[in-house]
Amino acid sequence: MRQFWGRTVGRTVVEKILSEHSGREVCAGEFTVAAVDLILAQDGTAPLAIDVFNQLGVGKLAIPGKSAFFIDHASPPPRRELANDHAKIRKFVSEHSAVIFDIGDGVCHQVMTEKCTSPGDILIGADSHTVTGGAVGAFAVGMGSTDVAVGLAYGKNWFRVPETFKILLKGMFSKAVFPKDLILHLIGLIKADGANYKCLEFTGESLRHMSIPDRMTVANMSVEAGAKCGIFPSDERTKMFLTELGREDKFRRIEADKDAEYEETIEIDLSTLRPMVSLPHRVDRVLPVDAPELKEIEINQIFIGSCTNGRIEDLRIASSIIKGKRKHENVRLIVIPASRLTFKQAMDEGILEIFNEFGASINNPGCGPCCGVHQGIPSDGENVLSTSNRNFKGRMGNPEAFVYLSSPATAAASAITGRITDPREGM
Amino acid sequence: MKPTGRVWKFGDSISTDLICPGRYYHLRSNLNELAKHVLEDARSEFAGCVKKGDFIVAGANFGLGSSREHAAIIIKMAGISVVLAKSCARIFYRNAYNIGLPVILCDTVKINDRDELRIEMESGEIKNCTTGETLHFSPIPQIMADILKEGGLVSYLKKYGDIKI
Repeated sequence: MRQFWGRTVGRTVVEKILSEHSGREVCAGEFTVAAVDLILAQDGTAPLAIDVFNQLGVGKLAIPGKSAFFIDHASPPPRRELANDHAKIRKFVSEHSAVIFDIGDGVCHQVMTEKCTSPGDILIGADSHTVTGGAVGAFAVGMGSTDVAVGLAYGKNWFRVPETFKILLKGMFSKAVFPKDLILHLIGLIKADGANYKCLEFTGESLRHMSIPDRMTVANMSVEAGAKCGIFPSDERTKMFLTELGREDKFRRIEADKDAEYEETIEIDLSTLRPMVSLPHRVDRVLPVDAPELKEIEINQIFIGSCTNGRIEDLRIASSIIKGKRKHENVRLIVIPASRLTFKQAMDEGILEIFNEFGASINNPGCGPCCGVHQGIPSDGENVLSTSNRNFKGRMGNPEAFVYLSSPATAAASAITGRITDPREGM
Repeated sequence: MKPTGRVWKFGDSISTDLICPGRYYHLRSNLNELAKHVLEDARSEFAGCVKKGDFIVAGANFGLGSSREHAAIIIKMAGISVVLAKSCARIFYRNAYNIGLPVILCDTVKINDRDELRIEMESGEIKNCTTGETLHFSPIPQIMADILKEGGLVSYLKKYGDIKI
């Protein structure tokens, strides 16, 4: 609680976490220097962060055991230049006793949330989808290589405490509607810059029904509305998630004060949502899957994976839809479990076998074709349906291709028909 | 600081994929080569014709998307002195200041491609020498002004040894 002019003002989740790490009470709009608990960089941003770290001349990492480097974006490397970048990262990690997750370990955001990120943490990452960590009640924020290098060197950085939008969720998802559809709906509503510099705090009665993997999909794409972070309070579901992963000692409850101040409140009734599709080349061009504009869109390649939707829950849903069905002959299906753990679960549960029988190409855990480096760059004029988070022109490595975004259920249903298909038809 | 130069006008939603395309991912450790492709998918002639001191003037949400700082770096390497935009995505905004590239947020509608501008950073004035109009912009946060003054965050930290808030 803070006192202003004799009045008590409650705090949002992000205000609480930034206050704890600043050694003083801070509120929205203030600038502060805060200690960071965790740092991540990936193979596309770490080489530059290493160069900047060396320029700073500090010599050693501030929190080596909490500084994690991931080789996930071009993994394994498709080119000599990238192999050399990877070698540079491995050498740095070895010399500075940092932590590395190498080829096959998985996408940084999935692995961080499984193994490292805990409620109340500040995580800074040289990757915009670092916001995924907000799913467990952490203040997780994407930054550039220089800012991350400063974190590596000093164990802290400066922050502007963001104003918060309260996203109040009520009701339950209808059949074949998923958290991906919720976040696509929200981005369509407030647009790609609707939450620029803001925190999106998700709350409400629906949280009881949303697992941490569900929340990760939502937090992950909060950056596509411009948000600095997308954060959930930590609750019983968070405790369950951490317990399953053997990290129950990291649980602590964090939620906003009842009288916290929000810049805006947006209420969404999950029961009214439909499966949604984002159209090229803007994430905020969102339509319901049954919109007439989408009726005749033929799809050449489908990607089920990424830090948005490559979890075991996603693979279970997708495999349940395709099981016993035939893949459309004109579609290529690429499936990538988000982490080594997901890969193992999918193997043990027979899910990989279902995808294999169906005719999918199953690749190693990592980012896959999402960022246009390898493992499925579309050809000129092709349409891609992807469960990832971005469809900007050129995103998947070809500016002449067209990327649509959807939930794993919509992607799976579309793999059977070869066109964008309403998953409610087959479930 | 009074940068003078010509305008390269861009629309809304110029993503980091348009500024620094993913298909050149392997060139990120070779910035000179990467810089040859800056904004290639938005305006193919940009990299070859841009002159030192020129301005990028864009619409809303400039630099949305990835955290790749390379996007800001190759814009600076191309010779751009200031980016003006109606609004700017937050990671790009911060990255730009960190490497000493100012981003000014202002109403860019009245600025046209190839206009000649003169910008007074301290007083917050943009003089459009082509149209004769003067635009104003709000001062940037103190921490960012201090970082910019030193030419970027690395030089700032080398001078002060710590972050001063």
